[in-house]
Amino acid sequence: MSDKKLMKGNEAMAEAAIMAGCRHYFGYPITPQTEVAAYMSKRLPKIDGGVFLQAESEVAAINMVIGVASTGKRVMTSSSSPGISLKSEGISYLAGCDLPALVVNVQRGGPGLGGIQPSQSDYFQATRGGGHGDFHMIVLAPNSVNEMVNLTVKGFDLADKYRMTTMILADGTLGQMMEPVSFDSIPKSETVEKPWALTGTKEERKPNIVNSLALNPEHLENWNLERYERYAKVEENEVMYESYRMEDAEYCIVAFGVASRVSQNAIDAAREKGIKVGMIRPITVWPFPKKVLFEAADTVKEFICVELNMGQMIEDVELAIKCKKPVHSCTRTGGMIPSPEFILDKICEVAKNGGSN
Amino acid sequence: MTVFEKTKGLTDAPLHYCPGCTHGIIHRLVAEVLEELGVLGKAIGVAPVGCSVFAYNYFNCDMVQAAHGRAPAVATGVKRSDENNIVFTYQGDGDLAAIGTAETVHAAARRENITVIFVNNAIYGMTGGQMAPTTLPGQVTQTSPYGRDVTKVGYPVKVCEMLSNVDGAVYLERVAVNNVKNVKKAKAAIKKAFQNQIDGKGFSLVEVLSTCPTNWGKTPEDSLVWLEENMIPYYPLGVYKDISDKED
Repeated sequence: MSDKKLMKGNEAMAEAAIMAGCRHYFGYPITPQTEVAAYMSKRLPKIDGGVFLQAESEVAAINMVIGVASTGKRVMTSSSSPGISLKSEGISYLAGCDLPALVVNVQRGGPGLGGIQPSQSDYFQATRGGGHGDFHMIVLAPNSVNEMVNLTVKGFDLADKYRMTTMILADGTLGQMMEPVSFDSIPKSETVEKPWALTGTKEERKPNIVNSLALNPEHLENWNLERYERYAKVEENEVMYESYRMEDAEYCIVAFGVASRVSQNAIDAAREKGIKVGMIRPITVWPFPKKVLFEAADTVKEFICVELNMGQMIEDVELAIKCKKPVHSCTRTGGMIPSPEFILDKICEVAKNGGSN
Repeated sequence: MTVFEKTKGLTDAPLHYCPGCTHGIIHRLVAEVLEELGVLGKAIGVAPVGCSVFAYNYFNCDMVQAAHGRAPAVATGVKRSDENNIVFTYQGDGDLAAIGTAETVHAAARRENITVIFVNNAIYGMTGGQMAPTTLPGQVTQTSPYGRDVTKVGYPVKVCEMLSNVDGAVYLERVAVNNVKNVKKAKAAIKKAFQNQIDGKGFSLVEVLSTCPTNWGKTPEDSLVWLEENMIPYYPLGVYKDISDKED
């Protein structure tokens, strides 16, 4: 029998990181993710080798992450939107140095200081790299506390496997809400050899160097090409999504995170009205589930992209289906969450005008 | 009989520094100290952004290259990963005293058990000689072509003096490498800064006054004179704080 606990998303994620073998956490207070830091400050000092450190800034925190990551150990930081912008310098260096790390973004409304209510408006920032230069992060978008737990463990594994940063792209709702969570079903974390890690030469081997500088453009180009070969493998092997009531769907909602939770209610209500609507929920927003969407475009009439922003993922949906079918945007922004009725109205409107093209 | 050998602390990579630049001397001092203290095998260095960015090619130990100014934060991570690591940063004045001021001050405040080698040559070298936080009043640089006007751009930052007010800082000394006597003193200071780390004492910083003949527009010889006549009076040498003998 599985042992379930009622936990806040932020705290469950922190516990999952510890279970994945993460012993180093660096953070800075910002709403709505501060519970991660608070939880880690309580737990890590009680664990052998555990280090919690509240940095002087988000910038310092991500660079402390770089320090630990360069020694080959699992390490994480978490923040919310404005803090992630500050971390983006370090995120780029993590990519340039091919270092594995876990970065959590419990998104709030923006731009600027914005608000503290849930948002998905950092989608572009997360999926396009999240800093200067040619690079990607693996971006995981959970839609429940339980999934936050599983994806946190998976995130560390993927980071190590591909020497990349994994970002958990959550939002204020997921971070703050309490749900029953089971730690029993967590897959055992995989360990990866890290011969590149800085562990001291012991005067027995040549120095290891962790670096992102390449002044020779040919060298830098080759370095980027090698990195993108790895990214291609991630796109080939690590795409995750979930389909909901898609068997006979004529309309397809695309939504991730909390938007998918609300969409599910709207879909059930629309089905009762006889509208055949389903959902494809990206769990990895990078790599984006292009193939399943492209295939769905052959069977569904129209797509509706539900997001907590002004319409960002919709661009990826249009690219994925190569504009074969119309894609409608159904969004609230600024920290507002669309109600099931709001989404249902959009479904009804699309279905009423739909099928004509 | 061998009377002089290359230190094991440096690799065979030829240094890229300009003729007359004193980075080479400082590199060698750090490398000799790592070897003499027997910690080369567990040393992990953090290279900065600036002229000494390629330090990762020169020190014969594991190295990580940090973003501009972030070396003390990266070093914090490396040290906290394993306290047996002997961790040092090697930073210039733009890196440490401008863009990385916060990281410097807070690493000191936390009494982070690391060693910071701070090379102050009063100018940005790698980018071609712009005004630094340590550029002297009146000093001409590419971005202070009429001389540093303190009424408009403010005053130089005196790092040792500033950090001496930070409770967490354990050992702060300013040295120079403009003559043999000072080079010897510089080595002793660097050795103490590493010994403090080995003994678990905490944050130690050695500020080394250094030359930049290329961007100062002077010969190597004149640069040494300029350092002595202009930099040392403004940045007096000596120990600014030392509580390494005090028991916690």
